[in-house]
Amino acid sequence: MDRREFLGGTAAVAGAVALPGIARAQSPELSFFYPVAVGGPITKLIDGFAAGFEKDNPSIKVKPIYAGTYQETIVKALTAHKSGTPPVLSVLLSTDMFTLIDEEAIVPFDDFIKTEDDKKWLASFYPGFMENSQTGGKTWGIPFQRSTVVLYWNKDLFKEAGLDPEKPPRTWDEQREFAQKLTKRDAAGNTTQWGIQIPSSGFPYWLFQGLATQAGAILANSAGDKTDYANPGVVEALQYWVDLAQKYKVHPPGIVEWGTTPRDFFEKKVAMMWTTTGNLTNVRANAKFPFGVAVLPAGKKPGSPTGGGNFYLSKKASKAEQEAAFKFVRWITTPERAAQWSADTGYVGVTPAAYETEAMKKYVADFPQAIVARDQLSSAVAELSTHENQRVTKALNDGLQAVLTGTKAPQKAMEEAQAEAERILKPYR
Amino acid sequence: MTNRATATIHGWLLLLPAMACLALFTHWPAVASFVESFYSTPKARRPARFVGLDNYQQMLADPIFWKALTNNLWFALGTIPTSIALALLMAVWVNDRIAARTLVRMAYFTPTILPMIAVANIWLFFFTPQYGLFEQMTGLFGASSTNWLGSQDTALYAIIIVAVWKEAGFFMIFYLAALQAIPPSLGEAAAIEGASRWTFFRRVQFPLLMPTTLFVLINAVINAFRTVDHIVVMTRGGPDNATTLLLFYIYQVGFGFWDTAYAATLTCVLLALLALVAFVQYGWLERRTHYR
Repeated sequence: MDRREFLGGTAAVAGAVALPGIARAQSPELSFFYPVAVGGPITKLIDGFAAGFEKDNPSIKVKPIYAGTYQETIVKALTAHKSGTPPVLSVLLSTDMFTLIDEEAIVPFDDFIKTEDDKKWLASFYPGFMENSQTGGKTWGIPFQRSTVVLYWNKDLFKEAGLDPEKPPRTWDEQREFAQKLTKRDAAGNTTQWGIQIPSSGFPYWLFQGLATQAGAILANSAGDKTDYANPGVVEALQYWVDLAQKYKVHPPGIVEWGTTPRDFFEKKVAMMWTTTGNLTNVRANAKFPFGVAVLPAGKKPGSPTGGGNFYLSKKASKAEQEAAFKFVRWITTPERAAQWSADTGYVGVTPAAYETEAMKKYVADFPQAIVARDQLSSAVAELSTHENQRVTKALNDGLQAVLTGTKAPQKAMEEAQAEAERILKPYR
Repeated sequence: MTNRATATIHGWLLLLPAMACLALFTHWPAVASFVESFYSTPKARRPARFVGLDNYQQMLADPIFWKALTNNLWFALGTIPTSIALALLMAVWVNDRIAARTLVRMAYFTPTILPMIAVANIWLFFFTPQYGLFEQMTGLFGASSTNWLGSQDTALYAIIIVAVWKEAGFFMIFYLAALQAIPPSLGEAAAIEGASRWTFFRRVQFPLLMPTTLFVLINAVINAFRTVDHIVVMTRGGPDNATTLLLFYIYQVGFGFWDTAYAATLTCVLLALLALVAFVQYGWLERRTHYR
């Protein structure tokens, strides 16, 4: 780098630092952090939305900033918040709500709800998604890229095993029996095809929450200051999961990697898998066989956690910027755009109205598997979320992994996880 | 005298940019971490306050810290000697006149160039049960299926293998450069004396390579405490903390739990550990190293 380049670079940096200040004085510039959890064309879609919004609202400039994974995005957003210039708007995990409130990084949306129309809009979202967006009577997040856990099954392998390829398991017992029929072993006793796979790497709590909900347990209260890990239902759910692997041997032993599970499914190494609806487009593109998507089988009752990201408004942004951001959020969550977003990505449409649009009806007629996630929302619960979220969740994750790798018994592991969560959450009550 | 003063000022001025960068990005953060480790984590409503040794007591009572420390020692023990020995072996081999020498050298060096995150994603599939590369290889011999990354007994070894694969090629380059600096006359003399290949290596090449070995050793030790990218991709510290290394835990505490004070405490321990190792290496090993 010669001196001229260096000076030029310095000037550019100085300009970049100075510019937002100037822009702020004239028309609000909307910096907008968003994560890409699965990669692919999402950046293009968001850029398209931003351009469309600018066309409709020439006075506002939207600047989308792709900030990495969810984890990287919250690190960047919170670091920016602490150093004074956070993005006006960000899409972060719905479960980070308590963390963001505790850091005083966000403002509730309630102050911007003024007209009847606004109120109607706020009430238009699926209640299942709002559970993770509201606490203490306030709305802190607006659902955007949301998902749930569903069961994918390989219809060819069902046929081979003598099962009806159009009938997924509806109950825990059916799920186990089907898995037993779908598990194949060679002469030496090695398994060549597993019946079912529930991933347990990284964030096992999320998939496990499906099992726990089906067993009738609720992992945490809505105030986010108390967990119930040692509930008998939780232990029962965990026992069911371990038994699939260790007693019935229809589920791979040890930890099942989240990232390679779809590939296992494509390679026909597993006949049924639990994973996010966010994988729908991926499975559709890569599965070389007919596949079905079903709501998760019911234990005492059906159930699945929701997941994914919400819009949050920065507390440190100016009033004008917040107003502009609110306008953008309203604009992007209209039924037509929510429908387009859902069809392009596989995420769930966030409002019932989105499923009433022409575009969505056409998409669903062409690809009926897409409707399953919506059908499951009636029984969906809030994703596990508390104060000190990642620490409290880690206590559960460690316990789950210890049980799945055979180093602890379910009862003991869950009691230890509960004790740890209790220690962390006590100061918040 | 004025001349000398000007020279001194010149010297310091030349040093200044580097010094400023070092102070700003290395020394100051280290000192700040040390100071912060005696305070509580600042929260929006509760500013940081002095807590003395509370953070250190919390650390001593934290089972995950001890697990991470033990894991890290095993990781160091697994990666350092293996990658150095492998690097030396490869260097001696590609130093000879073998067919397609450049190609082999390049092949050995390739892992170093590739970004760790990308590589870890590929290794993830190597370790996949049933159809992964390792499974297919062991399957040929009729061995039963192993879930390398999904079992507490094997996950750390799997992580070690990736680190060794990544590092050995890098260290090989240093050895190769050092080997080429050894005068060929020594080899000729040894040949005339009738020394075996092993004797020549043990008595001539290896002693002359000692400075390189020291340099490589220091790098290997630092890397053993610094390489965590592949853990983020491959296991995220699991199963049940079986592959949690110290630096990964610091990241988790600092940027996952936002407990910056406790992260600073852990950082101080890591710094102290590295300082101790550096002290031993420079103070003791260097005196036993033969420089030409």
